[in-house]
Amino acid sequence: MPEREVSLELVSITKRFGQVVANNKVSMKLYKGEILSLLGENGSGKTTLMNMISGIYFPDEGHIKIDGQEVVIRSPLDAFKHKIGMIHQHFKLIDVFTAAQNIILGNKGEKYQIKKINEKVREIASRYGFDIDPKKKVFDMSVSEKQTVEIIKALYRGANILILDEPTAVLTPQETEKLFSVIRKMKADGKSIIIITHKLNEVLAISDRVAILRKGEYIGDVETKNADIPLLTEMMVGEKVELNIHREEPKKTKERLRVTHLSIKDINGIQKIKDVSFSAYSGEILGIAGIAGAGQKELLEAIAGLQHYEKGSVIYIDPKTEKEENLKEKNPRQIREMGVRLSFVPEDRLGMGLVGNMNLVDNVLLRSYEKGRSPFLDKHNPKELTNKIVEELQIATESVNVPVRTLSGGNVQKVLVGREIAASPKLLMTAYPVRGLDINSSYLIYDLLNKQKEKGTAVIFVGEDLDVLIALCDRIMVLSSGECTGIVDARSIKKEELGMLMVKSNDDLKNTAPHVLVDGLLNQNNEETEAGYEY
Amino acid sequence: MDYIPLLFGTIEVAVIFLFGCVGEIFYEKSGHLNLGIPGIVCVGGAGGVFGTFLMMNLNPDMPGFVVLLVAMLMSVVFSCALGGIYSFLTITFRCNQNVTGLALSIFGNGFTSFVLNQFILPRENASTLLSIAGQKIFCASLPFAKDLGFFGQVFLNHGFLVYFGLVVAILSSILLFRTKIGLNLRAVGEDPATADAVGIPVIKYKYIFNFLGAAIAGFAGTAYIMNYMNGIIGASVSADLEAFGWLSVALVIFTLWRPHLSILGSLIFGFLYIAPSYASVLFPGVTFTFYGKELLNLIPYVVTIVVLIITSIVGKKNVQAPAALGKPYFREDR
Repeated sequence: MPEREVSLELVSITKRFGQVVANNKVSMKLYKGEILSLLGENGSGKTTLMNMISGIYFPDEGHIKIDGQEVVIRSPLDAFKHKIGMIHQHFKLIDVFTAAQNIILGNKGEKYQIKKINEKVREIASRYGFDIDPKKKVFDMSVSEKQTVEIIKALYRGANILILDEPTAVLTPQETEKLFSVIRKMKADGKSIIIITHKLNEVLAISDRVAILRKGEYIGDVETKNADIPLLTEMMVGEKVELNIHREEPKKTKERLRVTHLSIKDINGIQKIKDVSFSAYSGEILGIAGIAGAGQKELLEAIAGLQHYEKGSVIYIDPKTEKEENLKEKNPRQIREMGVRLSFVPEDRLGMGLVGNMNLVDNVLLRSYEKGRSPFLDKHNPKELTNKIVEELQIATESVNVPVRTLSGGNVQKVLVGREIAASPKLLMTAYPVRGLDINSSYLIYDLLNKQKEKGTAVIFVGEDLDVLIALCDRIMVLSSGECTGIVDARSIKKEELGMLMVKSNDDLKNTAPHVLVDGLLNQNNEETEAGYEY
Repeated sequence: MDYIPLLFGTIEVAVIFLFGCVGEIFYEKSGHLNLGIPGIVCVGGAGGVFGTFLMMNLNPDMPGFVVLLVAMLMSVVFSCALGGIYSFLTITFRCNQNVTGLALSIFGNGFTSFVLNQFILPRENASTLLSIAGQKIFCASLPFAKDLGFFGQVFLNHGFLVYFGLVVAILSSILLFRTKIGLNLRAVGEDPATADAVGIPVIKYKYIFNFLGAAIAGFAGTAYIMNYMNGIIGASVSADLEAFGWLSVALVIFTLWRPHLSILGSLIFGFLYIAPSYASVLFPGVTFTFYGKELLNLIPYVVTIVVLIITSIVGKKNVQAPAALGKPYFREDR
C-alpha cells in the first residue's frame, strides 16, 4: 500500500473547561480521501475535539497541522479558510431564508445574484447525488433537507475536510442510507471526512478507519476491516473501575410502578419510545442506561405527567392501599392530588427543576405553595426545611436568600435533590443526578439514593457512567433508540455487555448495514447477552 | 364632491408614517425592537426646526436647498444622538430594549417640547421665519403641478420630503431584499449566532443599521412640522409627534417588515388618520357627533390589531417578526 497523504494532523491537543479536562494530549491523523469514524461514549470529548478544528473552541495546548503546515484556527471563518467544514448537530441555518440564501450567507467575494447561486447549488447537489431545491425555505424543510443544506454550504465554500457531528441521530434509516451514499461520493472526490458517532453498526458500514476516544483520551485507531463490534465496544468502554459504592440487597420488594407497552412520539412524529414495558419495585434502585437521546427524558417525563403518549399505560401502586392508579393523561398537580408520592429530579436543573432567579427558600416553597388557606404564603416552614437541607447536604451558600443560579452546579443539584427527597417520595426518579458534580458530591447523592432505597422508596436512576450504574443499581434497563433492549441484573452484568445492549438495534441494522458478516456477528452476541442476563 | 384635499392630505400624512415605519424596520431587521421611535420622531422634528431657524435667522433669503439641507442634517444629528443612546445601551450593554425604548420616548417628547418652546419660539420672528420657510421651501412644489388637473394636484403638488420619503422606502427595500448587505442584516436579526459563525460582524451591523433607522425615523418629525404643518408649531406639537411615532411602530407589523409595503401601509394609515376631518365629504348627509369623530380616529389601531391576529393565524414564518427581535446578543452566551 502506498504511503498515504496526511490531510489533517492534531498534535497533543489539550482542552480544559475549568477543572474538567475535556481532551488530554490527543494526537491523531486524518488521511486524504478517507472516512474516519470518531467513536466514544457520551462525554468522551469527541465534539469538543472537533469544535477545536472548526474554530468554535481554541485548544489550551498542542497544535493543528493541515497538509503538513501548522495552522491557527481561531474562528469558524479561519476554519473555512483552511477548507474545513463542520456540520453541527444543531443546524446553524436562518429559518426564513431559502437554501441558496443560507449557503451564500457570509460568503465574501461573490455577487448576490440569486439565479447564478441557485444554479451553482444545483450543480453541486447533482455532482454528489443530493436532492435539493435551492429556492425552498428552511422552515419548510425536513431535518434531512436541513442537513443537506449544511453539507452543501460547506462544499460550496470548497471544504476539503468535512466533519459531521452525529449526522444520523436525527435521520430515518432510509435517509441515513442516502447520506452514506453521498459521503462515499465525497470520498471518491478526494475529500476527507470525519464522522462523530456512537452507533457501531454505522461505523462498520461507512468508515475506513475508526479512532476511539475515552474520557478525553485518545485510545487508538483500527482499520475498519480489522474491527468488529466486541473489539470496538471494549475500546470504547474500557476496563471496569471499582467504585466502592455501598449497596444493600433489596428488601421486601413490592411492585410500585408498572409501565406497559408505552409508546411516545414527539411533535415531529419521531418515535421516541417504542413499546417499553417494565416495573419498578420498592426498596430497589432501577438504573436506566442508554446513549444520550435514547428516550430516557421522554420516558421519565411521561411517568411524571409532562409528556403526552398515545399508547400504553403507567400504573402507580399505592403502598398502603395497594390500589392501582392510572397516571395516563394526568398533569403533575393532578398526580400529586391523587395521593401519588412521586418526586422527579429532571435533567435540566435550572430549566425544569428550579427557578434560577429565585432564592433557595422560594424554590423549596414551589413544592408546597398551594398548601394552607391563607392568601399569604407560609414562608416559615419552607425556610426551616431549606436550612435543614443546606445543613444536611452541606450546600455551600452564603445564605438561603441568594438566587439559586449563583450557586455552583453541584450545589444547585443538591438543592433540587434535597427538596424532592424532603417530600418523602414513594417513587423517586432522577435523571443524571451527578452530572457535573465532583467526586464527593456524587457520593453524597449516591448515599441519599441508597437511604431512600432503604426506606422502601422505588428509585429510578438514569445515568451515563456505566461503572456507576453497575455499582449502584440493583437492576438496569437498557434503552436503545427508544426500545428496551434488556433488563439485566446489575450484580452480574459485565460492562461490555451493557455497552452492547446500548448500541443494539435490530431495525437499524437491517437498513443501514449491508455487511452480512457484521449483522451475523451482532446477532450472535445479542443472543448471548439476552439469554444470559434477563432478570 | 371635492376629493382632492382629502387625497392630497392623505399623502402628506402618509409620508410622516413612512419615515417612522422605514426607520423602525431597519431597527427591527437588526433584531432591535425600538420603542423609542416616538422619541426619535420628536427630536428629529426639533432638529429640523432648529436647522431651519438657524439658516433663516442668518439670512431670510438663504437659497432654499441650503435651508433644506441644513434642516435635514440637523434632524439626522438630533435623532442619531438619541438613537445612539439607545444603541449603546441595548447593543453594548445589552439592556432591556423595551424599557430603554420607552424611557427614550418619554425623554424625546419632553426634550422636544423644551427646545421648541423655550429656545426657538421665544426668539424674535421665530414663528414667522419658520412659517415662511415651511411654505416657501419645504412645501415648494413643481410650479406647473397645479395645472395638471386631478393627477397633478394630488400627486405632483407636494414638497421635497414627500418624494424623498418615497425614494428612501424603495431604496430600503432594494437594500434589504436585493443585496448581500441586506441578506447579512436580516441574518443578524433572525439568528445572530449563526450570522456570527459565518463571519458577519454582528455588532457592527447592528450599530450601522440602528443609526440608519434613527436618521430615517427622525425625518418623520421634520416632515410633520415643516411640511404637513407648513412650519407652524402648535402647542401640542411634541404630543402629536409622539402619536405619529407610536402609529409608525404599529405600521411595521401592518406592513410585515417590508419597506415597499410600508408605502401602501402608510397611505392607508394616512387616509384613516385624516378621514375623520373629511367625514362630511366622505359621507354626505351624515352628521357626526364629536364622539363619533373621535371613534373614527381609533380605526388605525384597530386595523393593526386585526392584522396582528391575521398574521398570527396564518403562522407562516416569513410574515413574522425577525426571530431574534428583542433578544440581546452576546457571543459567549451559547
